[in-house]
Amino acid sequence: MPYRTDIAYLYDGSFYGLLCCVYESYYAREMPFAIFNYDEEQETLFVVKEIFTDEVKAEKVEKSIAEKISSDALKLVHMCYLSRIDERELAILRFLRMGYKIGADVMDMLANDVVRVVVNAAKNVAGESHLFTGFLRFGEYNGALAAVIEPKNFILPVIAPHFCDRLPSEQFLIYDKTHKYVFVYEKGEHNLMPLDNFELPEAGEDEEMYRRLWKRFYTTIAIKGRINPKLQRGNLPKRYRKHMTEFVD
Amino acid sequence: MDTLDKLAILTDAAKYDVACTSSGIDRKGEAGSVGNAVASGICHSFSADGRCVALLKVLLSNACVYDCNYCVNRRTNEVRRATFTPRELAELMMGFYRRNYIEGLFLSSAVVRSPDYTCEQMIEALSLIRNEYRFRGYIHVKAIPGADDKLLTALGMLADRMSINLELPSNDSLKLLAPDKSRESILEPMGMIKTGIKENRTDIVKYRGAPKFVPAGQSTQIIIGATPETDYQIINLTSALYKKYELKRVFYSAYMPVLDGSNLPAIDTKPQLLREHRLYQADWLLRFYKFEAQELLDEGNPNFNLLIDPKCNWALNNYGMFPVEINTVPYEILLRVPGIGVRSAQKIIQARRVGRLDFVDLKKMNVVLKRAQYFIKCNGRTMTGIAASPESVLWGLLSERSVSLIQSSEQLSLFDNGVTGVESTREDLVKCLTGQI
Repeated sequence: MPYRTDIAYLYDGSFYGLLCCVYESYYAREMPFAIFNYDEEQETLFVVKEIFTDEVKAEKVEKSIAEKISSDALKLVHMCYLSRIDERELAILRFLRMGYKIGADVMDMLANDVVRVVVNAAKNVAGESHLFTGFLRFGEYNGALAAVIEPKNFILPVIAPHFCDRLPSEQFLIYDKTHKYVFVYEKGEHNLMPLDNFELPEAGEDEEMYRRLWKRFYTTIAIKGRINPKLQRGNLPKRYRKHMTEFVD
Repeated sequence: MDTLDKLAILTDAAKYDVACTSSGIDRKGEAGSVGNAVASGICHSFSADGRCVALLKVLLSNACVYDCNYCVNRRTNEVRRATFTPRELAELMMGFYRRNYIEGLFLSSAVVRSPDYTCEQMIEALSLIRNEYRFRGYIHVKAIPGADDKLLTALGMLADRMSINLELPSNDSLKLLAPDKSRESILEPMGMIKTGIKENRTDIVKYRGAPKFVPAGQSTQIIIGATPETDYQIINLTSALYKKYELKRVFYSAYMPVLDGSNLPAIDTKPQLLREHRLYQADWLLRFYKFEAQELLDEGNPNFNLLIDPKCNWALNNYGMFPVEINTVPYEILLRVPGIGVRSAQKIIQARRVGRLDFVDLKKMNVVLKRAQYFIKCNGRTMTGIAASPESVLWGLLSERSVSLIQSSEQLSLFDNGVTGVESTREDLVKCLTGQI
């Protein structure tokens, strides 16, 4: 029986939800031409099937990826899910279907179009996450730390563990303005949740002093005879500078 | 004097130390402590000169008793002097770290009163940071030559990396510009650190939780262009430092004229930035590409070609072994193909396990073929289908940038070793270069 292709899926946007789409695709013998989430427009003449997130199904898929492809494949797919490339859900579905057929070797097929889309997206997420572990700036407000970031990919789940490990005794929050999500940490407890709006409070005297000190350090450390804006832009593109203390007045 | 002034003075005095890496060690955070360390290193910003800012790089003091000719902190130079108290420095550093401005600290110091006294002050500052503020992040400390071994050991126990700057590439140059230092006075503590790291490693094997002595290893810095050493001498020296002293990194710093002095290059000397860049490229070839110094340069040809990178230069001189077949060539040779870096080489090895590769596949894998195309075959074919001569390859390798570099008068002054006569036409350039092959 051929796969049905004149159908679209609609899911809740969560990773487990996406894994349930994979589950459905297999057991209903369907290869959807689109996978929408609730936030997206879904204008289509074709049937849209709503996929409900079911933890049991999702965990089954998770397990099967690790067993039939590899645990690295599961990590790869999750990183790709955090990216914001067009049709990332379909890219993941195509990759997994191929992986189930081929097995662990799919991870080495770097020249294959289906594979490289997923690999490149994941690499982009990993790269941006790494940059933000350095470029993120906290301010201190009444003893608590707060930062605002505007990444392209949804990197918050990737970078949050780094900061929890680094600042275990602090109380901090990181607000992702692009995706409107906030990560909150306090005394070993943490939470990632949607938040429509967040503004940093006014800086106190102590905070202002640290900002001045940092700016002074930052301008002093550059060697005049080697000024090189092009190199600087290559290493630190302007889009990252918006929330960095040394570039904000 | 307030902290802001001190910070400005002591940063200004520290900025010519080029190392700002925070790499080499993984250390998880711990409840009740602050900080962790990430082996790959993290850049927190890039200053206007385009260089990575990872560490709070400051001197504890710039009130030096020495009078090294080339150094801004020399006793006889009229600059403002400042000294951090250990507490002041610790507060400042922790405030920066919490805000994620920095990855850690790079602490150096001028020699105040005596090497021992200076070392004691640094130990006090680092003890405060490690023990009272419970900092588990990255610390790079400069060893103070001439300080007691016991003090240097104590200092190394508090740091992740320790460095001693070789400063000048030969003993003669040291005598000339840094009369208070000698090759021995620098190499001796370097050897001490090396032995310390080794002994400590066996201790760690013996019992868990043994305190670690400079776990991220040691590094050094060499100033380029203040003295007449050739690239060949510098690269040989580098190679010896990696082999004999097991250094993790050698940094090069193009000499920036900041002072006038009879033995120093003129104050309007341009820093040899392109030469510095070529040395770093060669350094990479030694560390990651398994090249030997003697393969890159020799006495008859003692300086790097400023127009093409050292790997291209080597490949053109050994053109007989190319083009190599991408589908079968061993990893070590793959690494020697111009334009193929460690990552591309690994990707190729990985992908060819599951199928034969063609040029289209390499492109899809983001392997850059701009330079590599002249040195590889896929399934027996070269990219253009015709065999090339080294001369024609050189035409292709000369980047637009190389040509424009030559054309810009500012950089022209760099070409002081045989290329000076070159006018800006491409043809002349090629003639000159092929002459070197």
